[in-house]
Amino acid sequence: MNFFPFFIHRREKLRKSITADNLFKLFTGGIALLGVIGLAVLILKELILGSMLSIEAFGLGFLYQSVWDPVFNDFGALPFIYGTLISSLLAIVIGVPLSLGIAVYLAEIASSKVRAIITPIIELLAAIPSIIIGLWGIFVFAPFMREHIAPPLQNYLGFLPFFKGPAFGLSFLTAGVVLAFMIIPIVSSVSREAILAVPNLQREAALALGATRWEAITIAVLPYARAAIFGAVILGLGRAIGETMAVTMVIGNTPQIVASLLAPGHTMAAVIANEFTEATGDLYLSALIEVGLILFAIAMLVNALARAIVWKFLRVKGGEA
Amino acid sequence: MSLGWRKFKDRAFTCLAALSVVLAMVPLISILYAVLKMGLSSINLDFLTGLPKPVGEPGGGFGNAIHGSFIVVGIASVIGLPVGILAGVYLAEYGNNKIGRTVSFVADVLTGVPSIVTGIFAYVLVVLSLGTFSAIAGGVALATIMIPVVVRTTEEAMKLVPLELKEASLALGIPQWKTSLRIVLSTARFGIITGALLAIARISGETAPLLFTSFNNRYWFDGVLNPVATLPVMIYTYAISPFEEWHAQAWGGAIVLIFIVLMLNVCVRFAARQRY
Repeated sequence: MNFFPFFIHRREKLRKSITADNLFKLFTGGIALLGVIGLAVLILKELILGSMLSIEAFGLGFLYQSVWDPVFNDFGALPFIYGTLISSLLAIVIGVPLSLGIAVYLAEIASSKVRAIITPIIELLAAIPSIIIGLWGIFVFAPFMREHIAPPLQNYLGFLPFFKGPAFGLSFLTAGVVLAFMIIPIVSSVSREAILAVPNLQREAALALGATRWEAITIAVLPYARAAIFGAVILGLGRAIGETMAVTMVIGNTPQIVASLLAPGHTMAAVIANEFTEATGDLYLSALIEVGLILFAIAMLVNALARAIVWKFLRVKGGEA
Repeated sequence: MSLGWRKFKDRAFTCLAALSVVLAMVPLISILYAVLKMGLSSINLDFLTGLPKPVGEPGGGFGNAIHGSFIVVGIASVIGLPVGILAGVYLAEYGNNKIGRTVSFVADVLTGVPSIVTGIFAYVLVVLSLGTFSAIAGGVALATIMIPVVVRTTEEAMKLVPLELKEASLALGIPQWKTSLRIVLSTARFGIITGALLAIARISGETAPLLFTSFNNRYWFDGVLNPVATLPVMIYTYAISPFEEWHAQAWGGAIVLIFIVLMLNVCVRFAARQRY
């Protein structure tokens, strides 16, 4: 009897499968590197390439000039940066308290039945395409703001610079409120997860000392989760900064820097959406691409910060609990 | 502080938390109500299958845009799903090292790319080199949004598969790559399908990346190298037009779009409930 062929056969097979393993690892790894890291690098490269003309023409001045004049080929992005900042901050100011209320309610107060009904409904808000929110914004919400929200603000708070001057339906404030609705799902769901990751000992200790449920939440639960909640807020900020359609449909698309929140404005994303296909001339197009580059850089920084905070919290604190 | 006051505060803040839930639902209900109220009258067979008519002529519809949306989303899925799933497989199976964690983190950060930026990216990459707006360019823009989402959901779904299953397979002498594909991937399939459907639902409603990639077209789809009408872009064009009858049609388009997106989300819930 001769076993040799058998062993050789086995060995061949073993070797084959080892190379197949390596091939598989190399193949999927290559796709992961190219498809994710490569994609990120490629986006950055194309954006920089596309905005070279404008970068050479305007340099750093692009960031602080407020002229936007396609006729004379003079471009500065300040009004758009300002508009993105104001509308996103408004979204945070309005949206975060609501999101925290929702997160606390779902994580600490609601029964599991109520939670099972409400959670998908809040998630549904995230599923609605922004173009539809924009459509609703133009025809339903902006008129509502003009007729029912702006007049009392002017009457009672008109002494503040934020509510001075004529009121338009399409305004920073309308955009901010619409954005607030849009960031509620992400901010509330990440905060809820953070609150759920807080160890029960924290609550029990506070309750055992005689705290009411609300005191336990504010003394023992929220401070413990504050890092991740902060991350959730920043995540929402990233969303708000990058949102395009809903904002462009309700902000009025007027590049100006004014204190009044009831006046129309413009944002980085909106100006690109509005003017890109109409941009005549290479410099005009390049300036728009540079606006996109700035938007991309800001959104990526904000998002990376948020993710780093949330990851660290959910891994470290949530992990050991 | 007296106990009564503290109890009152407890109640008051509990009510405020519940109130915030109600407040968040108001816009949702208002949106759904508005879409149904203003859109239903536009929905008929002609609207779903016809070509848009010039201003002033009654009738016509979004048939080409609905068809075009399916094509652009299809192109994006053909590019985005294989790349996303394979990259996710790598991260779940071999990703427990510096490179893997970096890729995973970058994918997470990329889920936050403003959608308008993916449009510019596809414009510079595809439109400029082809010299024309095209369905392909729209697909590339949407795939850019899709890939990071699919990567992360695939990775998470595969990591949920019990280690024992994998060990059993390896102990039987099945090579790792086969174990990854036949055991882990197929066990995690519902999770992966959930992620894929979520990504498809998300890009189906995207407008900004398509504005200057797939652009718009008043006629039927005519090859992937030509501009094509899509539902979201059509809704946008009609919504910002000055014509009343176009507004009504925009609302009609919104019904169709919301229906598609909600159906996909229902499928997601269904797939997410299945285990193994």
